[in-house]
Order: sequence, then structure tokens, then C-alpha cells
Amino acid sequence: MIEMHDVWKQYPNGSAALQGVSVRIDKGEFVYVVGPSGAGKSTFIKLMYREERPTKGSIFVNGFNIERLKERKIPLMRRQIGVVFQDFKLLPNLTVYENVAFALEVIEAPKRKIKNRVAEVLNLVSLTEKLDALPGQLSGGQQQRVSIARALVNSPAVIIADEPTGNLDPETSWEIMDLFEEINRRGTTIVMATHNKEIVNTMKKRVLAIENGQIVRDQKRGVYGYEN
Amino acid sequence: MKISTFRRHGREGLKNLTRNGWMTFASFSAVTVTLLLLGVFLLLAYNVQQFSYQLEDQVVINVFVKEGLQKNEVIELERQIKNTPGVVEMKFVPKETGLKDLKDKFKENGELLDVMESNNPLPDKFVVKASNPQETKIVSQKIEQSPLVDKVKYGEDWVDQLFKVTDMVRNAGAIFVIGLCFTALFLINNTIKVTIFARRKEIEIMKLCGATNWFIRWPFLIEGLLIGLFGSILPILALGIGYDYLLKNVSGVMLFSFAPFDPLIYSVSGLLIGIGALIGMLGSVLSISRFLRI
Repeated sequence: MIEMHDVWKQYPNGSAALQGVSVRIDKGEFVYVVGPSGAGKSTFIKLMYREERPTKGSIFVNGFNIERLKERKIPLMRRQIGVVFQDFKLLPNLTVYENVAFALEVIEAPKRKIKNRVAEVLNLVSLTEKLDALPGQLSGGQQQRVSIARALVNSPAVIIADEPTGNLDPETSWEIMDLFEEINRRGTTIVMATHNKEIVNTMKKRVLAIENGQIVRDQKRGVYGYEN
Repeated sequence: MKISTFRRHGREGLKNLTRNGWMTFASFSAVTVTLLLLGVFLLLAYNVQQFSYQLEDQVVINVFVKEGLQKNEVIELERQIKNTPGVVEMKFVPKETGLKDLKDKFKENGELLDVMESNNPLPDKFVVKASNPQETKIVSQKIEQSPLVDKVKYGEDWVDQLFKVTDMVRNAGAIFVIGLCFTALFLINNTIKVTIFARRKEIEIMKLCGATNWFIRWPFLIEGLLIGLFGSILPILALGIGYDYLLKNVSGVMLFSFAPFDPLIYSVSGLLIGIGALIGMLGSVLSISRFLRI
């Protein structure tokens, strides 16, 4: 599903965010990416949907050779990956319905199909009552559920999440994690960068620890391993 | 692109006008103000140009006929002048008419010239106009070559000066209008750039959702087009009503008359709509392009 071979990333300011990362994530896995701030987690995540490009090495996601991908093929690749962010990244002027529908509009899906599918995923994230609300009128947890719905609506094979509970209180975080758990149970691969020790320790999933740009630990049913 | 997708872009472009109310207002105002300014100067420059042509049109060549020519020789001279390249209009003024014109010029003191009636010292003359007033000098030199001509006068001293001034006025007007066009482009483009900068996050989000560049561009392009079109309405109305009022109340400045309403206002309106629409579209599309690189 996701493969990285000796990936290096050096930013123009000289900081080496990743130094020789190789990893393989299979279909249906649920992987936590942990590590101190600035260790390279975010870069690791951003490389997968090509917000950043590697300086060296090769990356394959869902059959796409990310670093060789032509500019105009990038949208095609992104439509097959759902991305969830810490700051939700919802379009502020669009309603909940429109935000989720946007991901289907870009693939020019027929209107009826959009309607049905959006209703389906909003039902899954329990937001059917908030269809016409704007993101600003929702709580953080609700906004994150909208963004998860948007990531899901195209039925992607993999969902990549960058600290999705970073802005949420513990209780809401657990609701969001239950949702990811449910999505993973239905067969979607999930890669999630997180700082949430409690969640990682409780969920007992595969854990990748990144420090100084290198993977220092890769455990099945791992633990967080850092003091917060 | 599917037709339904195109309709979606149109709808989005239209909705964005109200969704981003204040930014729409800012861009709209920038278009309105700069186009109004541009329109006023276009009308001004065009009229000044017309004035300069009217002024040049007053320039005539007086061709004085040699004393004591036979009638057939005068006819021959008339033929020669008519065949001179660059001559567009000519009129024979016999010395009697010349005297009468002179008398009219002196008005109530005209009787003083009555003594000349019996022994008119004025020569017969042809009044000639060059098709291009700027070529008056060349034309008069050609006519002067005829042995039947006594002398040719066109007010050399001040006419050459006049042409220098009118040329300068016209060139300055053209440069000014072109400069103003660029200023308008720059002002409108900058306002659009600022308003779009505020929406760069949206563009980024759309890209991350897998939208193609053109999928993002279309609504912006339509939005820009609408702002440009709507923005040109007020200036056109203001210019049309204002110019109409001016024509009805002021016939002209000194000796000059204003250019007629039709077709001047229609051309200026067309130009303003065109500039508004074009800058609106280009400004939007160019401004978002640097945020699409993600």
C-alpha cells in the first residue's frame, strides 16, 4: 500500500527532516507515527500525499510513484487518498454538505450520486443534523468529523491523518479515534501522526517512532514510549 | 469537462461574489473608480484631439493670381491647382468678393474702403485646402511653381508653430491614455491579488482534495469576469449621462465644438466593458496561479 525506500528530505533552509527512511505499510493496517516535535513526523506524512517532495529516495502510495508523478497527475493521486489535518482544513464559506460534496465534485460525479454518498458518510460520522451549518458554527470535534467525512467520501484505500486530535479535548479525541477505528475495521488503511500517548497506548496498533529524521522503532501492537 | 461541471463553475463563481462580500466590493470599487477615471480621460483626450483637427482645418492657402491674366489662363490655373496632389478643396475668390470680405472684417469702419471700389488693388485669388493640413507647406510650394501664380500665402510663421503644438497635444494625449490604461490594469490587478491572497488557504484545501488547477480556476475566472462587467456599468452610465448633459448645455469651448455623442460614447463604453472584463478575468487567473503550486 505504502512503501518508502531510503527517503531523504532536506528543506531549502538546510534542515534535514528525514534521513534515510524506509518503511512498508500493508493494506488494512493502522499505523501510529510518534516522536518528539520536529523529529520529522509531519514531513513523513506530507511526503505521502505530495505536499512535499523527497530530496532522495522513492515513495509508492497506492500504486503511484509519488516522486516521479507528473504535475497534472497529482489530483488523480490525491483523490485516492483521504487526508485529515489537525486544523481540519474545511472551506469556511461552504456548508457541511458542500464541504463533503466538494471531494466528489472534483471527480465530476453525477449530482444524485453525490447526494446519496454525502448523506451516507455524514451518517457514518453522525452529522446528519448539521448539513447546512457552516464550519464556524461547529465545535472542533464536529469540524474534524466533517473533514473525516470528506476524506472518506471518495472511498479511498488509505487515510492519512496529521495529528487529527491535536486541537481536541480528550473526550472528543476518543470519539474521533473510535471513528478511525471503525473506518479501519471496514478495510481502509490508516496512517496517523499523533502526540496522544493515552490513545496510542490503549489502541495497541503498530507504532513507528521517528527521531532526528530516522525511524528508531517499529513495533506491532506498540506503545507511545515518550513522556508527555 | 461535463456541462454539469461547467454549470457548477458558473454557479460557484456567482455565489463567490456574495460569499466574499467585502472583497467583491473592494474589487468592484477598484474597477469602477479606475474605469471612470479612464473614461473621463478618454473623452477628454478625444475631444482635445478633435479640437486640434478643427484648428488645423482652419488653415488655408491663399493663391494670388498674377495681375492681368486672360480668362482662359485663370481657368488653366484652376485646372493646375485642382490637379496638384494633396488638394482637397478650392474656391475662386474674385477681387470684388475679396474687397467685400475685407470690408466685413472692418465692420462699421468698412466705409473707409469704399474709395477702393473704383480702383480695386486686390488681386484675384484661389483659396485652397490641403487634404492633410500638415501638408499645407508642401502643397503650397507645388502650387507656387506655376508661372500663372503671383504668390502663395498660408501664414507660414504661425501655421508651422500651430502644427508643432497640435502634434504635441495629440501625442501627449495618446501617451497619457496609454499610461492610464496601464495604471488601471495595475490597480485592478492589485486589488484582485489582495482579495485572492486572503483566499489562498481555500485554494490549498481544494488542491489537497484532488481538484485540478482548472477546476479551481474556472469559478475564479467567472467571478473576475462578473466583477469586471458589473464594475464597468456605473462608469458607462456616469459618462453617458454626463456627456449628454455637457453637450446639451455647453455647445463648445471658444471656437471648438465637442465630438458628437454617437458614436464616441458607444466606442468608449465598449472599450471600458472590454477592459473591465479582460482585467477581471486575467487578474483572477494570474493571481491564483502561484497558489496552485502545491
